[in-house]
Amino acid sequence: MFKCGRSNRMKKIESKKVAYLLNFIAICIFFGILMILFKKEVFGSRTSYFQGICTTACYTIIMVASLNLLTGFMGEFSLGHAGFMSVGAFSSAILTNYLAESGIPSFVLFLMCLLVGGIAAGITGIAVGVPALRLRGDYLCIVTVAFAEIIRVAFCNFKITGGGKTMSGITRLSNFYWVFWVMVICVTIMYMYVRSRYGRTVMAIREDYIAASASGINVTYYKVLTFTISAFFAGIAGAIYAHYMTAIIPTNFNFNYSAEFLTEVIIGGTGSLTGSVIGAAFLSALPELMRQFSNYRMLAYSIVLVLVMIFKPSGIFGTYEFSLVRVINRLLGKSTTGSTASKKTVQEVE
Amino acid sequence: MLELKDVNVSYGAIHAIHDASLTVQDGEIVSLIGANGAGKTTILHTITGLKEATSGSIRYNDLDLRATDASKLISYGIAHVPEGRHIFPGMTVLENLEMGAYSQGKNTELLEKNKALVFERFPRLKERYRQLAGTLSGGEQQMLAMGRALMGNPKILLLDEPSMGLSPLLVKEIFSIIKYCHEMGITILLVEQNAKMALGIADRAYVLETGNITISGDAKELLADERVKKAYLGQ
Ligand SMILES: Nc1ncnc2c1ncn2[C@@H]1O[C@H](COP(=O)(O)OP(=O)(O)OP(=O)(O)O)[C@@H](O)[C@H]1O
Ligand SMILES: [Mg+2]
Repeated sequence: MFKCGRSNRMKKIESKKVAYLLNFIAICIFFGILMILFKKEVFGSRTSYFQGICTTACYTIIMVASLNLLTGFMGEFSLGHAGFMSVGAFSSAILTNYLAESGIPSFVLFLMCLLVGGIAAGITGIAVGVPALRLRGDYLCIVTVAFAEIIRVAFCNFKITGGGKTMSGITRLSNFYWVFWVMVICVTIMYMYVRSRYGRTVMAIREDYIAASASGINVTYYKVLTFTISAFFAGIAGAIYAHYMTAIIPTNFNFNYSAEFLTEVIIGGTGSLTGSVIGAAFLSALPELMRQFSNYRMLAYSIVLVLVMIFKPSGIFGTYEFSLVRVINRLLGKSTTGSTASKKTVQEVE
Repeated sequence: MLELKDVNVSYGAIHAIHDASLTVQDGEIVSLIGANGAGKTTILHTITGLKEATSGSIRYNDLDLRATDASKLISYGIAHVPEGRHIFPGMTVLENLEMGAYSQGKNTELLEKNKALVFERFPRLKERYRQLAGTLSGGEQQMLAMGRALMGNPKILLLDEPSMGLSPLLVKEIFSIIKYCHEMGITILLVEQNAKMALGIADRAYVLETGNITISGDAKELLADERVKKAYLGQ
């Protein structure tokens, strides 16, 4: 990284590719550190415990980031995101139960799970989104709650999903190393979506749907598209969850779980994927780290939420996105040309 | 030519528009005036498809607008400047204008040309092109909404109360811009509270009263019409 910084010393880092490369290197370094910590058993007997927390954090990040696509970028609240996670979890678990003895290498099977979980949730997303997205605001939110409840009750009664009993014995395919990279890829794709022409269109709809429509934007299409993408990633998170927990029950994906994700989106900052990543990582690790108070977890959540609402109504990160390039540019002392100017450049770089 | 024939519109039990018929010939400025709640906005929304008509026909040349999605209209040359300055408040002026050219895809040449045109016509927008649209003054926001509509290369412009809440000086400026658009060859359907200005600029006009078109005809004649004078010109 030092080398890279040096070769760019004279001019600001401007190209998009370099920005992505730098971020990639940073993520690799972060991953390397975690891997060394785990491989060297720095935490001794608690290594696998910490690995577990990290895995949990990873799929929570995917859930929260995907929910942020809806809440932050499309401006619609969903209180049923766990429903899509449930669809992803059960569909992929059914797949692995079928293929358990087929001898497919576990990595391939893992990828298949992710795909099946994501697609199943995505299709559900279309089915729910097409009728529901005619609604806005509170009404849509109520529909999402209803959707998640329907899924829960349905899965409690279908034989194929365990009929209300725990569906156990799912092959444990999710391990931290794979899940980490799946998370990185998912978040990157979501980030690219948000920054693309599509993302900007979706934000325009959030800003003013009448103006968007008058500008020639097909509001319904983009809403359903975003809803589907969001559901797709929630399905992937569900697949990871199922193959990490190895036992799932429809009632896991209840209203509280959905509400938790929404809380994390709001605390992290609606409209900031950085906020989602950090917020989700922190808040999913928190209850584990203070396990003895685990019963008071929701209480702690509420307190944190109230504090955030009072002191930072737009969430901890607001709509701010962390940018490595910006940090490096600042370190190189090249961005002293005024804050607005440098902000603009960074936006262009990203 | 834009043509509405016997259009009815309801909001649930409220029958907002009764058998409205109106035409706008190419190259005309047509004004639609009426009191608050008469249904002017509803008519424009019905034309653009933001609101569905319950019966009647709405055609633009050979196009059946009742069967056309609202978002498609701009690509057929129909631009709608909604009432109440619907801009994108969290985006910059420039980004707002670029959204107006959304339907043209990645045609940068056309985009640059239209941008230059809009900036020439609205120097205030040019000065503020990096400002967030939500922080513009009301008049500037109205200009932005009109500028954004022009970015889509419209043949006909549907304007919903462009003078709402503006000072007399700005109203004049907005009307001179409407005239300019007309001189550029854009057909205009203008919805207005400001009957005097609206009738002054128009070729023809319609008067809407609680969902019914009651008076229609040459704008100059309407200016002299006793009923119009009494109800809308305060004379
Ligand atoms: N979404 C809606 N639901 C129910 N009624 C509505 C709705 N929109 C408009 N109306 C009603 O339809 C009638 C016509 O409203 P419209 O907005 O078209 O009036 P307008 O002529 O544009 O008035 P203004 O000059 O105040 O803008 C009003 O009585 C209004 O209350
Ligand atoms: Mg109106």
